[in-house]
Amino acid sequence: MALRLAYFAWVREHMGVAEEDAAPPAEVATVADLIGWLAARDERGGQAFAEPDRIRAAIDGMMAVPGTKIAGAGEVALFPPVTGG
Amino acid sequence: MIRVAVQSGAIDVPAEIDLHDAGGHGATASFIGRVRGDDGLIELFLEHHPVMTEASLADLAHVAADRWQLAALTLIHRVGGMTPGETIVLILASSRHRAEALAACEFLIDRLKTDVMLWKRETFSDGRVQWVEPREGDHARAGRWD
Repeated sequence: MALRLAYFAWVREHMGVAEEDAAPPAEVATVADLIGWLAARDERGGQAFAEPDRIRAAIDGMMAVPGTKIAGAGEVALFPPVTGG
Repeated sequence: MIRVAVQSGAIDVPAEIDLHDAGGHGATASFIGRVRGDDGLIELFLEHHPVMTEASLADLAHVAADRWQLAALTLIHRVGGMTPGETIVLILASSRHRAEALAACEFLIDRLKTDVMLWKRETFSDGRVQWVEPREGDHARAGRWD
């Protein structure tokens, strides 16, 4: 399953790229699974996703929660809590 | 008229007010957020999502316009790098009477701190660079409108 991942703010800085294509294994079914998989995958992922509670996600432009399924997703955006205004 | 924009160029406040006022409204409330030079801050950088940031600003604008029956609304957020004194956000809300315009303005500034994909990064004169952490008080304020 090819998936486009987009990173923002300090998640992007830790990952070293703004976006990338990934192919998580089939058992990665939810947003929480994906974050756990990225955290375990390499050192940059370990830094970016060390605290899953501080990560928010959107799937194809819609906000998601940890339990949201990623099957069929084109793009998953992963980012810290927002701080605009 | 609802005008929503996300832009990297400076927000021309007088020009935006003129544009907004073309409709001739009974009451207009405004909010202007500016970069503060606290603690030696020399740059504020606003990161955004190329699609979702403007989409969620537009959603908020329509919610406010419906809820308070606004005659006109301008909601403009700056992104990219900016220096102390520059305008980050401009809100102009107009209605027949003051209560609706003021409430809509306050709703929008509260909600865009929690509901819109924007992230602030601060750079200080001593070389420190840090991403701004969300404040609990901001969520409490945003939650008042539920």
